[in-house]
Amino acid sequence: MESNRTRWAWIVGSILILVWTAFPIFWIISLSFKQPGEIGTNPSFLPKQWTGVNYQTVFKTDLFTSALINSIGISLIATLIGVVFATLVAYAIARLEFPGKRWILNFALAIAMFPVVSLVGPLFNLWRSVGLYDTWPGLIIPYISFALPLAIWTLSAFFREIPWEMEQAAQVDGATTWQAFRKVIVPLAAPGVFTAAILTFFFCWNDFVFGISLTSTSRARPVPAALAFFTGESQFEQPTTAIAAASVVVTIPVVAIVLLFQRRIVAGLTSGAVKG
Amino acid sequence: MTATLERPQPATVPSGPVEVSDRSRAERRLGLLLSTPAVVIMLLVTAYPLLNAVYLSLFEYRLTSPDDKKFVGLRNYATVLTDGLWWQDVLTTLVITILTVAVELVLGFAFAMVMSKAIFGRRTVRTAILLPYGIVTVVSAYAWKYAFDLQSGFVNQWFGLGDFAWFSHRWSSLFVIILSEIWKTTPFISLLLLAGLAQVPTELDEAANVDGATWWQRLWKVTVPTMKGAILVAVLFRTLDAWRIFDNVFIMTAGQQQTETLSFLTYRQTITRTAIGLGDAVGVLLFLSVVLIAAIFIKGFGVDLSRVRGGR
Repeated sequence: MESNRTRWAWIVGSILILVWTAFPIFWIISLSFKQPGEIGTNPSFLPKQWTGVNYQTVFKTDLFTSALINSIGISLIATLIGVVFATLVAYAIARLEFPGKRWILNFALAIAMFPVVSLVGPLFNLWRSVGLYDTWPGLIIPYISFALPLAIWTLSAFFREIPWEMEQAAQVDGATTWQAFRKVIVPLAAPGVFTAAILTFFFCWNDFVFGISLTSTSRARPVPAALAFFTGESQFEQPTTAIAAASVVVTIPVVAIVLLFQRRIVAGLTSGAVKG
Repeated sequence: MTATLERPQPATVPSGPVEVSDRSRAERRLGLLLSTPAVVIMLLVTAYPLLNAVYLSLFEYRLTSPDDKKFVGLRNYATVLTDGLWWQDVLTTLVITILTVAVELVLGFAFAMVMSKAIFGRRTVRTAILLPYGIVTVVSAYAWKYAFDLQSGFVNQWFGLGDFAWFSHRWSSLFVIILSEIWKTTPFISLLLLAGLAQVPTELDEAANVDGATWWQRLWKVTVPTMKGAILVAVLFRTLDAWRIFDNVFIMTAGQQQTETLSFLTYRQTITRTAIGLGDAVGVLLFLSVVLIAAIFIKGFGVDLSRVRGGR
């Protein structure tokens, strides 16, 4: 009786969670298929007449298409460099004895807590004087620095769990150093590195503060920042539905990554999160 | 990674003392070498700008008239701290932080319980919970804004609120901002709490069950005390995160209707108004407030950060 009731409670709980998390996403999708003219006249959840016109508008807008290219390029480059740097540090922290090890972890933690906006003013001036303002590297550099703490903590927790003796065991069995590294260590470390890459990519893809402060034109402005300044096709038209369509476009990669790598992300955020 | 290949294994075979110290010296050098790129880039983007902000906050300095730069000591800080706007923004930020963290803690705990206990659809629930975590904050802000907006929204129609303008009043605007923040960040806190739940020994829970403890008693007497450490770490991270809230406010109200937060004030002074000296003073004060909150948690509540393995 009791266990039956609890089981039902968990099922109802699961359904409530699904509704709560999916609802705003369904809403923005629905909004993106409304006619621009429905804004102000149709106060219902679903469109009166479904239309793809907003997606056409969005992809005809240079500001959006260039922002999309900027976002993809900048996020991928920052993720690649950030993960390489984090892997090097995490390997050193997990396997080597050297002074400053604890200091690096604490420093990374402090950066994770840092109020980003406090730095934006000075960075704005610095970037303008060294010519990094409104360029890709001008965003890639701060993205790497602020994504590094999470990547370093996740990866060093992960690397600590790897049975490194297997590398030596393989060498005893006649493998060369390179073979031992490639055949034994790389497959063991790859899932952790991959998880760190996903979390880093999410961080870069999400950024807004640096995006609006350190760029001014379509040269480097990423999508979240471009969305905030999006005015639509003409000034006589409400940009609401077009912004909804653009929002759906930038959400597609996120949904795809979450669907494909759900277990990796949960593992990265939990097993890496708090150790007993 | 090829640099790591030549590295001798950490003294597994005992050899002469001279050789061991050679090895450990090589190990130290390699450790520092591997850490250098990450540490340098983190320092470049945080330490220099922070020191620069502290320095410039002592000047009266506007980007529009760079020749009028003039040393004023702590006067910018006095200006900020005696301005009612600063304290209004402190209050707004405080209200947002306390309400979001409190609701998220309860909601996140419920989510974590469902995630760990659900037998059916476990994968689906976890996937669904990750969606808000991955979604761009600006997108989530737009979704919630348009849902409540008079022109585009359905909320008033659904709840029979007529033409109530949510974004024309302070507290109703803050309500929507807080709601969107809760939606977007509860997954994070629930995953940290899920990790904490995994540490609760099942035998303990079962023993209490056998002894006739109710579900509610087991929750408060067994589960919560065991995961106190995880809860405090999760609350610390979320508190600092909520304290820095910016994106939602920018998109939803642009700080109108007295919804401006401390991050937004800093942004408006330094970037929009280019009042560098004054803006940097606000930024430094924001930084100090974060340090203060972290110190209260670590010293006051005894949050053990050596237990933390992840960030946001």
